Amino acid sequence: MSVENQPAGVIHDIGYQRYAGARLGRGYAARSLYVHGVRTALGLGRGPKAKIFPWLAEGILLLVAAIVTAIRAQTGEAVISYTEFAAQLSFLIILFCATTAPELVSRDLRSGVLPLYFSRPLRRSDYALGKLGAMVTAVWLLQALPLTLMYLGAVFSVKGGRAVWHETVDYSKGQLSALLFGLVFGAISILIASLAGRRAVSAALIVVAFLVTSPIFGVLQVIGTGAVKQLSGIINPVSLVLITNAWLTGDQGKDFDEIAGYGIYYALSTVVLIVGCVLLLLLRYRKVAR
Amino acid sequence: MAVTLIATEALTKRYPNGVTALSDLTVDVSPGVIGLVGANGAGKSTLIKILLGLLPPTSGRVSVLGIDPTSEPEQVRARVGYMPEHDCLPPDLSAAEFVTHMARMSGLPRTAARERASETLRHVGLYEERYRAIGGYSTGMKQRVKLAQSLVHDPDLLLLDEPTNGLDPAGRDAMLNLIDRIGSEFGISLVVCSHLLGEVERICDTLIAIDGGRLLRAANISTMTKASDVLAIEVTEGADALAARLTESGLDVRAEGRDLLVPLADDTTYDVVLAAVAALNLPLHRLDQRRHHVSDLFRDTAGEPAHVG
Repeated sequence: MSVENQPAGVIHDIGYQRYAGARLGRGYAARSLYVHGVRTALGLGRGPKAKIFPWLAEGILLLVAAIVTAIRAQTGEAVISYTEFAAQLSFLIILFCATTAPELVSRDLRSGVLPLYFSRPLRRSDYALGKLGAMVTAVWLLQALPLTLMYLGAVFSVKGGRAVWHETVDYSKGQLSALLFGLVFGAISILIASLAGRRAVSAALIVVAFLVTSPIFGVLQVIGTGAVKQLSGIINPVSLVLITNAWLTGDQGKDFDEIAGYGIYYALSTVVLIVGCVLLLLLRYRKVAR
Repeated sequence: MAVTLIATEALTKRYPNGVTALSDLTVDVSPGVIGLVGANGAGKSTLIKILLGLLPPTSGRVSVLGIDPTSEPEQVRARVGYMPEHDCLPPDLSAAEFVTHMARMSGLPRTAARERASETLRHVGLYEERYRAIGGYSTGMKQRVKLAQSLVHDPDLLLLDEPTNGLDPAGRDAMLNLIDRIGSEFGISLVVCSHLLGEVERICDTLIAIDGGRLLRAANISTMTKASDVLAIEVTEGADALAARLTESGLDVRAEGRDLLVPLADDTTYDVVLAAVAALNLPLHRLDQRRHHVSDLFRDTAGEPAHVG
């Protein structure tokens, strides 16, 4: 065939080309997995169906933040503080965990895609930590945006440099709390989701794990006395994070005077919980066959 | 090329539950298309996992592309592609997205990953379909996606575990042709695992047969079959007389149905046969060289230690 006879713009099959470009190795693969995980969690780069829940949850949180900011601008009174924000709306965060964690790990278990990861330079622990990191980041981001909205609104409504400084300190405490929520809720939900291949089962187990502790906590609060009552908050992830954060930021006497003196036990429990979840997760992925 | 693709030395794998999956396996394979045959449970998958550095051997030595997968698994896995036997595709992603993601997991930068993914999918025969969700694909298309993800980072060695599993005869042929092209045109070495000998025999230049974790035989297919080719002679009458005459000439004659079979040593065998037919003045109906099935060879020589040439 002569060249003139061919239509312009035809794609020639030049055969198989060997790849001579860069091969970036294990660290890059792990980072890519993490970024891909964060995007998956937020529904980015995926179909409209995958966006519904994360965007709805974020939308509600932003709406609440906007209302709080508006009330504050009008009356000067902060209805919800930065550190209380996530706790007040913890039900939404739990639902977000229950839909996102199965999406990140249960799906891979069910479709049998894991051998494809493990036959690449990536290690099993890289996979587990990449997914965990993505989940923690997603839970933190979910709160970070509304907190920032509240902060910006407050900075423009308060007067004086000192007030702005106070606001900034409070906002930082709120972000620390958001990160703690991310770590605790992310670690628990990824660990649970890594145990079941069916997304619905994982989601149900996560909701149960977070909610079953609430009534126990409530009962202990009512019937418990002394140390039992003071330490009962440890079994509830929400109060665990709240009090740990209060202890870390030196606020425990202010908001939780009845817990005063017990804060360190909450902080230690948080550390033990996070480390335990990570170790169990690594153990789980050392064993998982498919 | 004198490079060794895969070398194992007294490779043994015993699982904690006492099952010996591989026992004293020693092979030395040159680049090319290698068939790894054995019944289910013969130790093929265990061997593949050891080659990928996913499973440590109990004893013995192993090297893949000159690298030891037990001490440098990441280096081996960066240069090897693996296509598992079972389903391993997420149904809700498109083939293009999925293969791009897998390319990045192999260390390819973002743009290169996207380009290589669409190129590789085109090479395995997926065009516009690649933008649709994998869940809606036929078994044949899914097998192609599985092959594409193993090929996307341009490995030096592909490990394919039962690549024709679940395919109909036409799909099976297409897959075997594709594998043949990867070996001959793309210049990538392949290890094709199968429990169907007839299948790998068509596309492989080297065959490794294992059974119960032991090496049955490893050899180059062309040398194996050349040494044992036979000549089939069919005469319309006088077969007995011809058989007697050929035996007199020193040939080892066997009757099989209406055919007489004699071992084909070299071209002089033809001369001897034709002279005998002419002398007896028999009507010769057919004279052809018959290729031994590799399965016969394995049956004949089972247990005999062998090295790949």
